[in-house]
Amino acid sequence: MKRTLVAWVEDRPGTLNRVASLFRRRAFNIESLTVGHTEQAGTSRMTIVVDGVRTDSRKVEQNLRKLIHVLRVEDVTERPAVLHDLAMIKVTTSNGTRSEVMQIAETFGGRIVDVGLETLVVEATGPDERIDRLVEVLRPFGIAEMVRTGRVAMACDEDSRSGRRRSGDG
Amino acid sequence: MRRTGAQIVWDMLRREGVGVVFGMPGGSIMPIYDLLEKSGVRHVLVRHEQAAAHAADGFARVSGKVGVALATSGPGATNLTTGIATAMLDSIPLVCITGQVPTSLIGSDAFQEADITGITLPITKHNYLVTDVADLASVMHEAFLIAQSGRPGPVLIDLPKDVQAAETEFAFPNRPFASVQRAVPEPEDETLRDVVKRLTRAERPVFLAGHGVVRAGASASLVALAERSSVPVATTLLGKGAFPDRHPLALGMMGMHGSPVANRAIQAADLLVALGMRFDDRVTGRLDHYAPGAVKVHVDLDAAEIGKNVPVDLSVVGEVGAVLRRLLDSAEPVERAAWSKRLAAWRTDAALRDVLGRPEPTSLAAPRVIDAIWQETEGKAVVVTDVGQNQMWAAQYYPSDAEHPFVTSGGLGTMGFGLPAGIGAQIAAPDEEVWVIAGDGGFQMNVQELATVVQEDLPLRIAVINNGSLGMVRQWQEMFFGGRYAATRLVNPDFVQLAAAYGIAAWRARTPEAALAAISSARAQRGPALVEFQTTRQGDEANVYPIVPSEAALDEMIRRPEPGRDLQRASCRNARGRAR
Repeated sequence: MKRTLVAWVEDRPGTLNRVASLFRRRAFNIESLTVGHTEQAGTSRMTIVVDGVRTDSRKVEQNLRKLIHVLRVEDVTERPAVLHDLAMIKVTTSNGTRSEVMQIAETFGGRIVDVGLETLVVEATGPDERIDRLVEVLRPFGIAEMVRTGRVAMACDEDSRSGRRRSGDG
Repeated sequence: MRRTGAQIVWDMLRREGVGVVFGMPGGSIMPIYDLLEKSGVRHVLVRHEQAAAHAADGFARVSGKVGVALATSGPGATNLTTGIATAMLDSIPLVCITGQVPTSLIGSDAFQEADITGITLPITKHNYLVTDVADLASVMHEAFLIAQSGRPGPVLIDLPKDVQAAETEFAFPNRPFASVQRAVPEPEDETLRDVVKRLTRAERPVFLAGHGVVRAGASASLVALAERSSVPVATTLLGKGAFPDRHPLALGMMGMHGSPVANRAIQAADLLVALGMRFDDRVTGRLDHYAPGAVKVHVDLDAAEIGKNVPVDLSVVGEVGAVLRRLLDSAEPVERAAWSKRLAAWRTDAALRDVLGRPEPTSLAAPRVIDAIWQETEGKAVVVTDVGQNQMWAAQYYPSDAEHPFVTSGGLGTMGFGLPAGIGAQIAAPDEEVWVIAGDGGFQMNVQELATVVQEDLPLRIAVINNGSLGMVRQWQEMFFGGRYAATRLVNPDFVQLAAAYGIAAWRARTPEAALAAISSARAQRGPALVEFQTTRQGDEANVYPIVPSEAALDEMIRRPEPGRDLQRASCRNARGRAR
């Protein structure tokens, strides 16, 4: 099972290197890792997805906490959280298939961000498995190129837990 | 106040209470060395930067303070790395300061440039490249905090030459630096009550005491708790001194070359309480056969150690001294007659096989050398070992306690550690008798430090256990590699003449009587002294026993053959594991 960890880290030179070096040294198996700014200047946020079968995510958590530039680590797997991935998919199209691809993209909540003579680029965000399905459906048309950011996560407000389903169950 | 980077380095070192640094100058650290004479800090000039790191390490282990090493950029810095890794694996607080090429040249492959923060990233607790002199004071303050707080470790500060020369407005940093320190959790009452309950109910409990107990200075609490609850105590190699080896409840060292009593007790135990130790592979033997019937309780400062190697039933993350005191508050007196009877029987068996018990020794077996040093020093020396057979014999035959530290490279197993670490230990304890115990192989890995010993006029005692080979590897070749002795025979210099060349008084001993006389002469010497002991090179007396082969369970140890038995046969029958 995939485990999702969120780490708040100091935005200092080499911090990503320290985290990556830790994973390499301890042979932790990481599915994806994303980094970006947060609401607070000087603090970055990492979303780390761990293959929970091959790697004990508690060990990842404990070892991350030992890094001096890591401020906080939280495992959001069991919490109500929004877990989203962004994908850009360049699909080969012809006059005959273009509208069909556009329709599929729309159905999956994606949008067309570039249209060329022989390709178009679909951008979609959402839970990984929805993106996975979109990719599968588009594959028969021919995928020329694809990029995915990997999962980013945000825990939901604790108060609104009742009745809310977790979005994006990895 | 306007200060240069180099001035700030010394200001901050003094403020952290640093009285001695170990190092060697070079081009990129010259602005710092330029102020050495005015600094009021003692500098020990080593002959190789590796020795600076080991000496700082030995100093830290004996003094309980942070050890400080200085080196120049490039090769100076890379030479530190073995010493840094040694300190990292043994959780020793060090601050290493390296010179670096000027910031404008970083990344240009400049003369003597090495990316030392990159290189040391996985072997330091933390490291810094300081590119702005305005950050230097806080970085130094942080470095000392990080090195000593929580689970200690080495910190490296890389200082480009222009930053050493640059000026800034300087004030001693006083912000709290909360983020660099990790709060030590208070152990939960409920968990501690559970531990006490299990301790009271257990029939065959064993305490496993590690380096954490030594670092916490918690030996007295451990003795009190063990006595009240009648629990025998086994120690790790680095835990030597956590519990007096001569105490009736002491089982001795556990693990690959541990005492048979300790290993059997662990395998038979129904409760193990591990205190400040990390279940290293040399301690557990084959993991899936480790202490199969025992409920395992793990007390450690580092949450990442819990369950890392051995799954545990109950864990307490906290400072081991505090945990021991809390346990002592609520532990009930227990008697365990059956368990002590069983332990006593194992003790008798172990004594029977001991080399020291053999009648009329003619050869000089290394254990006899260690025993003679112990007898002569009345157990009051600070013992600093190298790595290999000498280290295991020293651990087995020189009983330690809290007052008399045993300094050794455990985790990394760094040959060449002994002599430089001994220098640091002697400087930390100038009035103590410090004995370095090294083999002929490891001794030569940092033999150049004899010059440092003389230059610093240290009354260090050095025992070279000379068996003419890389003994531990030779032993493995004999036992697990069909007696093919590849690259383990050493053609050595004359160690007595070598010592004389450095101006060090030296003796040679080939028999037990000569050994005693030489030790006594060495002890009477005012300055440094060296004794070369030419020890047994073949037969069972040349090997360390017991030995748990890799991939074997702790109680599947190969025992020393009883006198008269054929060694090869005995070891073949017992050797189940594959050698690595």
